[in-house]
Amino acid sequence: MSTATYSAHDDTVPHGAAHAEHDHKPSFFVRWFFSTNHKDIGLLYIMFAIMAGLIGGALSGLIRLELAEPGIQIFTAGSWLSKIGIIEASKQGYNVVVTAHALIMIFFMVMPAMIGGFGNFFVPIMIGAPDMAFPRMNNISFWLLVASFCVLCTSLFVDGGPGRGFGGGWTMYPPLSTIGHTGPAFDLVILSLHLAGASSILGAINFITTIFNMRAPGMTLHRMPLFVWSVLVTVFLLLLSLPVLAAAIAMRLTDRNFGTSFFNPAGGGDPVMYQHLFWFFGHPEVYILILPGFGMISHVVATFSRKPVFGYLAMAYAMVAIGVVGFVVWAHHMFTVGLNVNLQAYFSAATMIIAVPTGIKIFSWIATMWGGSIDFKTPMLFAIGFIFLFTVGGVTGVVLSNAGVDYSFQDTYYVVAHFHYVLSLGAVFAIFAGFYYWYEKMWGVKYNEFLGATHFWLMFVGVNIVFFPMHFLGAQGMPRRYVDYPTAFAFWNRVSTDGYMITVAGIAVFVVMLAESAIRRRKAVANPWGDGATTLEWTLSSPPPYHQFNDLPVIEAEGH
Amino acid sequence: MRDKTAAGRDASRFMPSRFRLGALATAATYAMGAACARATDLLGQPTPGGYDMQPAGDQLKRSVIFFHNDILMPIITAICVFVLALLIYVCVKFRKENNPTPSNFTHNTTVEIAWTAAPVLILMFIAIFSFRLLYAYHDMPRPDMTVKVTGNQWYWNYAYPDHGAFTFDSLILPEAKANAVGKPYRLGVDNPLVVPVGKVVRVLVTGADVIHDFALPAFGLKTDAIPGKVNETWFKADKPGIYYGQCSELCGVDHAFMPIEIDVVDEPKFNAWVLGHGGKLNAKVLGGGGGAAPAESPASAGTTMPAGTTVGPSTAAPAAMPVSTAVKPPAAQTTRPAKLTGATTSSASPDSGG
Repeated sequence: MSTATYSAHDDTVPHGAAHAEHDHKPSFFVRWFFSTNHKDIGLLYIMFAIMAGLIGGALSGLIRLELAEPGIQIFTAGSWLSKIGIIEASKQGYNVVVTAHALIMIFFMVMPAMIGGFGNFFVPIMIGAPDMAFPRMNNISFWLLVASFCVLCTSLFVDGGPGRGFGGGWTMYPPLSTIGHTGPAFDLVILSLHLAGASSILGAINFITTIFNMRAPGMTLHRMPLFVWSVLVTVFLLLLSLPVLAAAIAMRLTDRNFGTSFFNPAGGGDPVMYQHLFWFFGHPEVYILILPGFGMISHVVATFSRKPVFGYLAMAYAMVAIGVVGFVVWAHHMFTVGLNVNLQAYFSAATMIIAVPTGIKIFSWIATMWGGSIDFKTPMLFAIGFIFLFTVGGVTGVVLSNAGVDYSFQDTYYVVAHFHYVLSLGAVFAIFAGFYYWYEKMWGVKYNEFLGATHFWLMFVGVNIVFFPMHFLGAQGMPRRYVDYPTAFAFWNRVSTDGYMITVAGIAVFVVMLAESAIRRRKAVANPWGDGATTLEWTLSSPPPYHQFNDLPVIEAEGH
Repeated sequence: MRDKTAAGRDASRFMPSRFRLGALATAATYAMGAACARATDLLGQPTPGGYDMQPAGDQLKRSVIFFHNDILMPIITAICVFVLALLIYVCVKFRKENNPTPSNFTHNTTVEIAWTAAPVLILMFIAIFSFRLLYAYHDMPRPDMTVKVTGNQWYWNYAYPDHGAFTFDSLILPEAKANAVGKPYRLGVDNPLVVPVGKVVRVLVTGADVIHDFALPAFGLKTDAIPGKVNETWFKADKPGIYYGQCSELCGVDHAFMPIEIDVVDEPKFNAWVLGHGGKLNAKVLGGGGGAAPAESPASAGTTMPAGTTVGPSTAAPAAMPVSTAVKPPAAQTTRPAKLTGATTSSASPDSGG
């Protein structure tokens, strides 16, 4: 959509591929622990996200194994889990695992990968900036997240009240999270979320400043690549929503420890007020998880169709619209709490409206492919998988938006299926699409196309078998967060667990792919994707020089 | 109109929805096998291998099933098939082997307007049915009796304020006992909620410790049991039987072990049961319904519905009975008012109606 031309006035300043070797890189410890370089921090975020994703995925394995058949097999005394001893083998342990799976996947896998990883690495490059606006703040953003993760993990080993750890779900509704969990585990979860929130807010400020102030000459807002647009919208959502979460959990901290009654009905408080505060954060949060994925999918689809993005402005402003409307739909998570019926009608209608900009994006991606010359490399496979699966998750979202139908589906596996279709199959597929798309650029080695495609197909089949049957379970009425279920639900749960095994095989291939590329070390090229890849990162070497754009590139409107 | 539809659906409830959903189910590998393995859906409890909504036990749920199976499912299935077809077409037609030179267009105003306007129209169409259903839910007919449901960790407490305000706890049956009495384990309870058939039962739901949720799929019930707040819902059972539901809001370690069982019986049986529990018979309920229970008659069940379907949102709202006023107890409830009325003051805020 835009092209770059360099104007190097000063040859003594190294830039571009030819001078990459002359970069002054700090020593190992200083480089990776005191890092202020946006690319190094991006890599740290990605590695952190992979690690957290494997842990979160292992936790989901415990859930699926437990639910493979009726009765409690794993989370009970004497099981193999009780012999390992890391997770308490009890019904409380199950709730703790469900809670930790959600928190880890949301705050420590998807967000770090998309915003911290790809955002840090590529936003400055794509707008022609040498680095982020506040490099040291960037560093503390990352390490706060590591600290936050450590605190969360610590909470698993600390008394929660009914047992070890906090088992109140990622939504953490009081009174279950106040009088229901009297131990210190939940205080640690609060601290962890405060740290993660601070990390994200600092990151958001950094991105906003960078994108508004450090664009190269000619890089107007309406020429910015869509990934930058998506990150811009995302960080605004972060900046506006996270303080509300911070306030809500701080109020609960004082409810728990200092005798206040914000959410305690016995003292005149209101538990439902917490749900309003939480979902005022929580609903923008789910768009935070998916919006950068929208940006990445646009790049991948355009690159492998060798065609510019269809409807660039509509795509950008559809994301803005999704971000704005995302702030006024929160109570559709609360249709059963006893809201006024007119409010429920409003929230139903407002929620349905989101389907319109989302539909624009889906159709624009297909229109981008229309007339293109499509190359089915691994990133494109993930992108096409994303488009279809996100559509499936989107239409079940329209079903759930109807309050009258939601009375039957609320808190059942139908909801679990819905949000895993948009997140586990949407956000995660987008992350894999971006990961393969930028693999050479980030790590400087090529991935193996066969292993990548195998990873895709195993994963695609696996996650569908995991999550599609959950629609049936939900329609039949199986509630969420159940450690045990009536035997009538056994069949589809069995199928779902079988699907998990296939998914694990896919992830195993992913790990093999990482190892294979690390061992073979096939040398990366600057632009492996040809003339479809038009954004600025493809004008640099792979990996990019330690400091890029010492001379700012000049962006001209061309082919746009 | 609605009544006819409902009646039609009542008669042909099983087969058509099966076929419609079959289209969706083929997407899952195992679906057809499960469909063959199953004769018919059970009423009031989940069916092994089932992939449809549980059969309706009252008019509201029948409306939900109509809206979901006949309106939403065809639309969302069509959208998914349409997107999938487009993707497959594009992937075949424009793969690089078939189309080596890409075109360069980036705009087409006609299709852009079309794919913005079409979803808007579809959503408006959905919204008509959606609002009808929502307001029907909140347009409770004059209740014949009231039960009060209190969620506890981890059992339910039921009270009958209209019948002498007797109360009792309802706990899950242990596996051996459930098998002995022939109830499904994890669904059956020791003391079920017993209500008469064909009567409008108002359910007041609250929580004693943490938030629970009183949910029963066959009646389309799902209402949060929140400490310090009384929520209201209602149902009018079509026919006698045993109906099962489960707590649907995470409430701690035994969340999965506090099922809900509602036994719907005919009026003489109900009266005998009330007396057996030391309750008093209430003239409003006893003989107030006018003889034969309107159990099998969707038309009479339907009379509870059209109000919400014809009047607009603004006029329907007052009929939806905001909790703060609905909670004003019928005479007998004065035996338990302290907790109720004291606790509900906070729910007078505008965000907490029916």
